[in-house]
Amino acid sequence: MTPALPLLSQIINLLAAVLLLLSFAMLTQRRILSLINLFALQGAVLCLSTVVVAYTTGQTHLYYSALMTLALKVLLLPWILHRLIRRLNVKWDVEGLVNIPTTMLIGIALVILAFNLALPISQIAGTITRATLGIALAAVLLSFLMMITRSKAVPQVIGFLSMENALFFAATSATYGMPMVVELGIALDVLVGMIILGVFFFQIREQFDSLDIRHLEQLRED
Amino acid sequence: MELAAVLALPLLGGIVLAFFGHRRRAAEANAAFSLATFVAAVILTAGIVAHGPLRAFGEQFFVDSLNVFLIALTTFVGFTTSLFSRPYMRIEQEHGKLTPGRLRLFHSMFQLFMFTMLLALSTNNLGILWVAMEAATLTTVLLVSLYRTPASLEAAWKYFILCGVGIAQALFGTILLYLAAERVLGREGTALLWTQLDAVKDQLEPTVLSLAFVFLLVGYGTKVGLVPLHNWLPDAHAEGPTPVSAVLSGLLLNVALYAVVRCKVLTDGALESDFAGNLMMGFGLLSLVVAAFFLSRQKDVKRMFAYSSIEHMGIITFAFGMGGPLASFAGLLHMTVHSLTKSAIFFAVGHAAQKAGSQLVDDIRGLIKANPTVGWGLLLGSLAILGMPPFGVFASEFLILTTAMQQQPWATPVLLVALGVAFAAIFGKVQQMAFGDTQVRPLPHPPAILPVFVHLALVLMLGLWIPPYLAEWYRQAARFIG
Repeated sequence: MTPALPLLSQIINLLAAVLLLLSFAMLTQRRILSLINLFALQGAVLCLSTVVVAYTTGQTHLYYSALMTLALKVLLLPWILHRLIRRLNVKWDVEGLVNIPTTMLIGIALVILAFNLALPISQIAGTITRATLGIALAAVLLSFLMMITRSKAVPQVIGFLSMENALFFAATSATYGMPMVVELGIALDVLVGMIILGVFFFQIREQFDSLDIRHLEQLRED
Repeated sequence: MELAAVLALPLLGGIVLAFFGHRRRAAEANAAFSLATFVAAVILTAGIVAHGPLRAFGEQFFVDSLNVFLIALTTFVGFTTSLFSRPYMRIEQEHGKLTPGRLRLFHSMFQLFMFTMLLALSTNNLGILWVAMEAATLTTVLLVSLYRTPASLEAAWKYFILCGVGIAQALFGTILLYLAAERVLGREGTALLWTQLDAVKDQLEPTVLSLAFVFLLVGYGTKVGLVPLHNWLPDAHAEGPTPVSAVLSGLLLNVALYAVVRCKVLTDGALESDFAGNLMMGFGLLSLVVAAFFLSRQKDVKRMFAYSSIEHMGIITFAFGMGGPLASFAGLLHMTVHSLTKSAIFFAVGHAAQKAGSQLVDDIRGLIKANPTVGWGLLLGSLAILGMPPFGVFASEFLILTTAMQQQPWATPVLLVALGVAFAAIFGKVQQMAFGDTQVRPLPHPPAILPVFVHLALVLMLGLWIPPYLAEWYRQAARFIG
């Protein structure tokens, strides 16, 4: 808000840019293992930017949500995912349904769309981070794209989790985060969802001997 | 106090049944927990009717005439479903479709699902509403894939991903709403409380709120099953166990629509235009028409009735979109009768499919001959859902149609055609299933057919005579929706 802290808001903008870059990297990354690492890295950037915002604005509750991000999205979820792919023995490269250059081009179009959509909202928001709202929305749409273009179950779920990251970033940049009780609830949902998905992966594997969701295309309108 | 009981009982039930849900008396325990929840909800309802809206636990919970009626309905259908599932799941187990472990999962998740829906209904915090809606998806994912067949796994995966993505949109909508709210209410953590927002809704920033409503409608609309976000719904209903189909169709869709209505009240207040209503009318009509035309192509009976749910949700969304006391009244009445009738139909269909050993319409024949109660239950339930007088669905659909003629005349032909197409599609198929000759096997346990007729009797009563206090209650809620 004050021009006295240009450095800190520049750091926030830098971190937002890194977040967007990571979203693009995830969009093009085909190895599941690297995908998980990118996801963890995205969580770390998110955590860092939340801490910087908390420090800049003196919103103490943001420290707690940064801590929660660190515990859940940097440590616990990647750990679960790593364990899961080891147990399921899925190391193969992920084939996309659309080739990489096309995906990138669609991604760029989505970013432009997101910036335009976010423009009127960020003018209303009174936060120092409002400029990053466009990036947050872009990251949401990019994770969306990732879920659409991937044919394997694990990358789809990583896309889902990264969308959650982006939404969290949006909440931080638009309003300095949601009320604590809501954030706790969301974190609980994500965690439970991950556990249920873990169970679910094993069920799919048991049934199809593969985690390719193209097996899951029997139910159609005829 | 009653509110705490309404929430604590299913939560406790979920935890207890997670440990003992495979024991011999687990189904009875499940029913007992559901009955206790229902009793608590009735006491809560009586309190609200007598003393007006209730705010509890530092305003974190808010119960008024709108949600208390849904709480009563939810706990009632939850109770009858638990009665129905007792013999149904026992027969499934004897047919070798279920192991004791999965039965335990079913009982536990059923109670937790009730808990999440009741939490979503009673919370005053729009953030918690989101959390509860997401939790409702999570508790039912493993129920949809309970049989572990390829088709059920696919249905559950689709359900999880589509509803997950949908509900993420609703989270973004909630964030935008919070952005608009904190400018007026400050950052004290009360800015997401619905009652607080309602008090200042005319000061909320219109541009942000209209964008927020679009995201919220798309997000919660995915769970309502509005076209084009409905793809998960027929699969999840067809592949999950029938008690799950009954509560998904009869209750979860209502709860999601309730969330949309709450958001609409705020948006209307901020915008002072029909933006939200027009969007809802558009989505509602589209759902109605698309579902009606898909109905005739269905071969699976549960899938067909799932499409019928989309159709009816479309009608209700349309009614709330029109707005005004009369349309909202009709919408609330339709919510009630649809939920009672549709769950009754799923109960009857469940037993019919168990008898025939198949869910395909072509495999189910001569139900009235083989088992008159199941056959008549299905036939009467279908007539009721198709809007035949004197059932309650007729009353509410008639009311919606006449209101549409006055307020939105252009929509009436669309409504009439869609209802006609749906009638032809469903009646043709149900008639084949009900009449004719058959050699179906008798069931090893007597089916729980009482809930079917209790539901239908209530729907019949609502068609002939709405008790004055109930009418007053709907009127209060309808005034409030505006």
